[in-house]
Amino acid sequence: MIEVRDLHKAFGAVKAVDGVSFTARDGEITGLLGPNGAGKTTTLRMLYTLMAPDRGQVLVDGIDAAADPLAVRRQLGVLPDARGLYKRLSARENIDYFGRLHGLPEELLASRREALVKALEMGDIADRRTEGFSQGQRVKTAIARALVHDPRNVILDEPTNGLDVMATRALRQFMTRLKEEGRCVLFSSHIMQEVGALCDRIVVIAHGRVVADETPDALRAQTGENNLEDAFVKIIGSEEGLAA
Amino acid sequence: MNDMSAKIRRSGAFLTVFLKEVKENLRDRRTLMSAFLTGPLLGPLLFVMLINVTLNRELDKAEKPLPVPVLGAAYAPNLIDALKAGGVVPGAAVADPAQTVRKQDADVVLRIAPDYGKAWRKGEPVQVELFYDSSRRDANTSVERVSDLVENYARQQGAMRLVARGLSPGTAWPLQVARRDQATPQSRAVLMFAMLPYFFVITIFMGGMYLAIDLTAGERERQSLEPLFANPVARWKILCGKLAAICAFSTASLLITLLGFAVVGRFIPAEKIGMELDLGLHFATYVLLLMLPLVLLLSALQSLVAAFAKSYREAQTYISLLMLVPIIPSALLSFMPIKAQAWMYAIPLLGQNLGIMQLLRGDGVTVEQIGLCLAGSLAAALVAVLVTAQLYRSEKLAISA
Repeated sequence: MIEVRDLHKAFGAVKAVDGVSFTARDGEITGLLGPNGAGKTTTLRMLYTLMAPDRGQVLVDGIDAAADPLAVRRQLGVLPDARGLYKRLSARENIDYFGRLHGLPEELLASRREALVKALEMGDIADRRTEGFSQGQRVKTAIARALVHDPRNVILDEPTNGLDVMATRALRQFMTRLKEEGRCVLFSSHIMQEVGALCDRIVVIAHGRVVADETPDALRAQTGENNLEDAFVKIIGSEEGLAA
Repeated sequence: MNDMSAKIRRSGAFLTVFLKEVKENLRDRRTLMSAFLTGPLLGPLLFVMLINVTLNRELDKAEKPLPVPVLGAAYAPNLIDALKAGGVVPGAAVADPAQTVRKQDADVVLRIAPDYGKAWRKGEPVQVELFYDSSRRDANTSVERVSDLVENYARQQGAMRLVARGLSPGTAWPLQVARRDQATPQSRAVLMFAMLPYFFVITIFMGGMYLAIDLTAGERERQSLEPLFANPVARWKILCGKLAAICAFSTASLLITLLGFAVVGRFIPAEKIGMELDLGLHFATYVLLLMLPLVLLLSALQSLVAAFAKSYREAQTYISLLMLVPIIPSALLSFMPIKAQAWMYAIPLLGQNLGIMQLLRGDGVTVEQIGLCLAGSLAAALVAVLVTAQLYRSEKLAISA
């Protein structure tokens, strides 16, 4: 479970995150929805302790990120916005590197790695060097190495960015599977349909603030719009009106 | 229990990072070439070529017949005979002696005035002209040879005139200088090998350079630093693993270059010009010892500089500039020779430079000098590592865009 309480982060005069609070529960997929530049990536970066918040608190499975960042990172599997792989290592070697950094024993590492290679259907590319991988192959490898230590909580920053239809479908199925395994899945997106189809809960962020935190159905009901996209525009639009 | 063993394995993160970086970079051809081929072997090769060319030229000029165009040879047959006896081959007259020298058609041209014979017979002083270009270093030996021959001939003739007038030749030269050169064969070699320490430093530099760039700026540019930092490993441990990988590569470079110099040292005909050169095991061991703290210092400095850069290219530019810094002590010592004080050994680069020169001179280094050298450089290296570690803690470091 990931709990976020009143996060603030400013870069100079720009308030990137300005009071964000929400909870992502185990066995649920929580979507962080917002237009580009809304503060999604910055919020996630504070969750996986890459950045320290100016104010507010992050709790992962009850552990305070400010007090014990290493313990928090152990509870998390992270696919950051930056998904750079080591191009002179094969996909398997990339996964192994992260597994060893997590301190996995070699036998466990091997079995976890092979399970992920199978689940993500990347058997044909696993021994190739990652140089020249397609976007989809890169994302698969990056997800596999992020999940190799079997984390309870999974954070994915715009996971379907740049993927084709087939790869996107496969990835959505994989996320559903993670949820069914009882994990807490938190992902960010700016794609309406994706969030609507997958999420148990939607947290809408605009201008660094949470403007809605509901189930998809409640969101539709609240705005009186049947179409989620219209609901989204309405929420953000009215928020802009308030801010002005 | 399980938690305990995981903790122990995670403490091996340093080793994990180190092994991964070494493996990854062993697969990169450019890094391999720079660390194990061009970097370490260019020095010894260049060195042996340079030395051989210089030595052979010196040897050639001292022994070989020296062709010198002479104007007005007919006016002074005795002088010409004396020159011939000294190995000079008088050549045909040239139209414009100044132009001939300037165009490098001859090292030196001799002009004898038409009134030479008349003045000589009257016993009056007479002038012969030597045309040469002192900015042409390689011609200096020839110029000196001709000028010495002419002056010796003059002195000889002067002495004979004095004797003919019943005077002792000593009256004309009341004072004589006796030179007592204290240079040993080794110390003469030092002049020529002043750049040797720089070669070693450059080798260390080249050996670690691509890793240093790749491990910070490169990793950031490829956007792999952010995922790496999401792992439950303290950043300073990651940094240490990376530094160790850089050190391993630059130490390997240094070893190869020392081996190269040991082999090449056998082919330098130093003894021919009265020098002695020992680049063997004894020398290599001491150099390695003196250089080890520099390996750490340079790898930390390279990482530091590369971490400031936003891209691979930018890092490359900064590091090339950093590469100029180690020239300073070598240049300083060769242009303005200073007497070494004890404290100088504690200064990184300068200490190593002085120590290696001592070794070349055959004087050996004292325990105190080694101690100062190691302590000074190690302290500087630790500061550089700490500053780099501090930089690694910055939030901005991991963010690629």
